[in-house]
Amino acid sequence: MAKNAVITHPESLKRPAGPSEYAKDPANASLTKADKIALYTKMARVRHFEQRCIRIYQQGKIGGFLHLYVGQEAVAAGTISLLGKFDHLITGYRDHAHGLLVGMSMKECMAELTGKVTGCSKGKGGSMHYFAPDKNYWGGHGIVGGQVPLGTGLAYAVKYRGQKGSCLTFMGDGAINQGAVHEAYNLAALWDLPVIFVIENNGYSMGTSQERSTAHPGCLAKRAEGYNMTWDVVNGHDVYEVRAKTAIALKRAHEESKPTVLEIFTYRYFGHSMSDPDKTYRDKEEVKGYRETKDPVFLFEKELLDEGVLTKALVESINAAAMEEADAAAVFADESPEPTVADITKHIYWEEDNRGPKTTSRGTIIFE
Amino acid sequence: MAVISYREALRAAMREELKRDENVVIMGEEVAQFNGAYKVTEGLLKEFGPKRIVDTPISEAGFIGLGIGASMLGIRPVMELMFWSFSYVAFDQVVNNAGNIRYMSGGLINCPIVIRGPANGGTNVGATHSHTPEAILASHPGIKVVCPATPYDAKGLMKAAIRDNDPVYVMENTILYNDKGEVPDDDYIVPIGVADIKREGTDLTIVAHGRAVITSLKAAEILEKEHGVSVEVVDLRSIRPLDEETIIASVRKTHRALLVEENKPFCGVDAQIAYLIQSRAFDELDAPIGRVSSIDAPQMYSKKMEDLQLPYPARVVAAALKVLA
Repeated sequence: MAKNAVITHPESLKRPAGPSEYAKDPANASLTKADKIALYTKMARVRHFEQRCIRIYQQGKIGGFLHLYVGQEAVAAGTISLLGKFDHLITGYRDHAHGLLVGMSMKECMAELTGKVTGCSKGKGGSMHYFAPDKNYWGGHGIVGGQVPLGTGLAYAVKYRGQKGSCLTFMGDGAINQGAVHEAYNLAALWDLPVIFVIENNGYSMGTSQERSTAHPGCLAKRAEGYNMTWDVVNGHDVYEVRAKTAIALKRAHEESKPTVLEIFTYRYFGHSMSDPDKTYRDKEEVKGYRETKDPVFLFEKELLDEGVLTKALVESINAAAMEEADAAAVFADESPEPTVADITKHIYWEEDNRGPKTTSRGTIIFE
Repeated sequence: MAVISYREALRAAMREELKRDENVVIMGEEVAQFNGAYKVTEGLLKEFGPKRIVDTPISEAGFIGLGIGASMLGIRPVMELMFWSFSYVAFDQVVNNAGNIRYMSGGLINCPIVIRGPANGGTNVGATHSHTPEAILASHPGIKVVCPATPYDAKGLMKAAIRDNDPVYVMENTILYNDKGEVPDDDYIVPIGVADIKREGTDLTIVAHGRAVITSLKAAEILEKEHGVSVEVVDLRSIRPLDEETIIASVRKTHRALLVEENKPFCGVDAQIAYLIQSRAFDELDAPIGRVSSIDAPQMYSKKMEDLQLPYPARVVAAALKVLA
């Protein structure tokens, strides 16, 4: 019996990084010079924000966990750049980039990290729990895979309303072995829901490599076949390729109301979180190799310099502005007030926060 | 006013809310074509069609999570769990996601979901199908829990739950599904968090919820006839929010309290109520607070023993006489 070829990586990732073969893809050919500069600027902003976070964390101003996105920028930037009015998104705990890319301010994001009342979740969520429902961003979720049924439900609501939309439901490679993910896959395919499951495969579920966690050989996206879903693998170091392949999945969602699984290969430069010393499961050379040859921000920068869209001077000014914005956000986070003890018991119940003629519940709901 | 069953009352509530609000969707295992595992949703598919009445696969974490996600966008899903015991495979969704999303988003996101189904022992189905998780779930701020004992309350609480903007978990009881009672045909709600005095009395307060209310009313009857004792029965109806004022007012009147529930004793709902009474009405008490729960073991399969494991009228009478001694 002939064995099926085991697909492990997208073709473009097997070759040394060069000019993107997706630059002229319809999804990218339509981009104006200004669009391209804006996309690069967004990626640079994500990187500088995250790098600024490291300093604040090291100063002891960020509690709990801090999961950085440095190295993965093209994934969120490419996918989110395509979203329209009825397209929604939800992700796991590595969620800062997604927030910034839908238009959240660096200030509210930074202040959330330092637990201030000016934070996007008023200091109640922290790093893993950014939300901006007014921008169709539904978080920011801490439990691995737990957000995947929610994203499927958002897509269900879009379809129920008859809207031409979708929900980009992000997860890491570690989520793929959670039962909730498979249950959501089944529902999405069974009910033809316009959801795009985006596996951001950075190679490690915390400190466990794919080989040590996942029985299925080859790529993770292929598991979609078990649910009769279309899937693809994507080079996540090339923002043009991310856009090209996401556009196809979005079209499928919008026009056929069908789900897709996209596995986007990417890499994180820092540990799983800041508390991960990053010494036990990979070597420094591996990280160095990615930084030097596959960095998504630098590759896009080079691409746009070659296209004549960017100039060295423009690159410098964009990066300087992003750094300045991150610095200002850090000052804002520093100077913002702490929440108060009275704030602890707010935002638990809608009814408690909206007492009036429309509220019907009575009785004690917050206990001594 | 019609006399209908507890099951029909629940169905009437759902039907009225389905008509009132196009965002209401009924979802769960066997709710549509099969007409409901316990026939609560019987006929709804025929009346409202497959867009509103949706059969799910046996996949609680998946479909409850999907309902939560849809509710964040303003859909009002009423999710049936065939048994509340099955919520345990969806616990992350039921507690972490539904219960925390409003808080963690600083109030930006609501979760107007209803999860409903039976939560009771006494049906000879063994421990894994007989859980009563109202105390476990009510211990999480962000969640509301109600336990109707009568057809009137079943309809009124279900309608209130569907209109509520927070997650409301409705715990029904398969043994009560055929109980009949007077239920108004027109639109009404029972506000969540308001207890109901099901029987007035002067010598002893019994606080109960769910089927334990029915058991307590039977016990009260015996206590009056055979012992000349006047018992007041307070039906909590809602666990969270909790109507503390009605409980305290009754204890101030009778000066004695017996707490009856079908939960196991450790950290049951009664543990909270006992704390409440001693903290607010300590000087009013003429005797220590009494308590009747299920015998502390996983639910027994053997029918005769299971009936003895749960609170039953004679056990309640004996415990009441001890408080009255």
